[in-house]
Amino acid sequence: MEYLSLFVKGIFVENMIFAYFLGMCSYLAVSKTVKTAVGLGFAVIFVLGITVPINYLLENFVLKEGALTWLSPEYATVDLSFLSFIMFIAVIASMVQLVEMIVEKFAPALYGALGIFLPLIAVNCSILGGALFMQERQYPSIGEATVFGLGSGVGWLLAIVAIAAIREKIRYSNIPAPLKGLGITFILTGLMGMAFMAFMGIEI
Amino acid sequence: MSTETITAVEPKRESLFSKKNRKLLTDPLDDSNPITVQVLGICSALAITVQVQQAVIMSLAVLFVMIGGNVIVSMMRNIIPDRIRIIVQLVVIASLVIIVDEVLKAFSPDISEKLSVFVGLIITNCIIMGRLEAFALGNKPGPAMLDAVGNAMGYAWILLAVALGNAMGYAWILLAVALVREVFGSGAISFPGVGQVKFLPESWFMANGGFYENNNLMILPPMALITVGIIIWIQRSRNRSLIEEN
Repeated sequence: MEYLSLFVKGIFVENMIFAYFLGMCSYLAVSKTVKTAVGLGFAVIFVLGITVPINYLLENFVLKEGALTWLSPEYATVDLSFLSFIMFIAVIASMVQLVEMIVEKFAPALYGALGIFLPLIAVNCSILGGALFMQERQYPSIGEATVFGLGSGVGWLLAIVAIAAIREKIRYSNIPAPLKGLGITFILTGLMGMAFMAFMGIEI
Repeated sequence: MSTETITAVEPKRESLFSKKNRKLLTDPLDDSNPITVQVLGICSALAITVQVQQAVIMSLAVLFVMIGGNVIVSMMRNIIPDRIRIIVQLVVIASLVIIVDEVLKAFSPDISEKLSVFVGLIITNCIIMGRLEAFALGNKPGPAMLDAVGNAMGYAWILLAVALGNAMGYAWILLAVALVREVFGSGAISFPGVGQVKFLPESWFMANGGFYENNNLMILPPMALITVGIIIWIQRSRNRSLIEEN
């Protein structure tokens, strides 16, 4: 149950886009058609599901104060958490590279679908955001951290597919010219965000 | 190859504040504003604009990281192998962000607390990566610095505008536009070091028998998006060349 509620919370209550505005850049840039939005969305889920647990291990066995005690008890006072930004981003950048190569080798069909989006993801704020939220919230186990990562990814997919679908339809609407494109997308996202706020305060 | 192209390739000595270089500084404020036109760095721009104070700190942090990153990457541009340039850039940015984070933690822990993960997210703030990729990698440190300052200022401008809008909206019930100027500055604006400053007399507030009520909707996340949307609308109706096709 714990896991399920964490997952649902990641999708709706703490949606990466509507509650925290993470990954907005690619959200705005790649949401012109549903097809590409779906591709990017799945790539985000994939990378979040891999990097959050890896960063979790890194945080708990290397970076946190006293995390190095498994090496030798005299390291109990070592606190490397100031290095977390550089470690997390290095993990993300190299994982994205690695995932790209593995997918290319073993699942060419998937690579064809995700291919161009994978490198984009290294600089998607929602990925680093996932790692930093994981660090801030101190999840008790790696399982929970993974579920949180996957949930956030699904939430991001939901948001980008929804806005892409709306943008496809809105092309035929009569919008004031200066508001076309970016402007209306912002306002739409704001309205969707308001709708998502209805989930706030729900205790799961 | 014609002689023209050769002369064009030849690097011309020009002063740091030549007309072309000045354009690097002023363009991002309007014509190529990083947020409203280039669509870079939206992520952190929206999340921390509830208060002017946070927006100011964030703008300063971005300014610092961008100038540092642009100058460093521009100096190293000839020795960075093309293949791993993204990782190199990320490492440069991440080190600068660590400096910012440690300074913030040391000198204003409460703001560092409020900004929480968003300081770290400067690393993936695409405005910084974007300018590195687009400008610093191909230009000398001098112009690269100006480009960074210009873009960071353009960034700060929107950040502040949204924050001011939100801060005002905090104490803002939708009055007729005619009243806007009268009640302008009605909300509370928090300045760094000064704290919240209220402009409206207390007796105007609903609680004291007045007509005025804080509009809490304005401080909620979605309003930041809508405010940016409206800023884009205003900017593009003034500057029609920016209008998109669909």
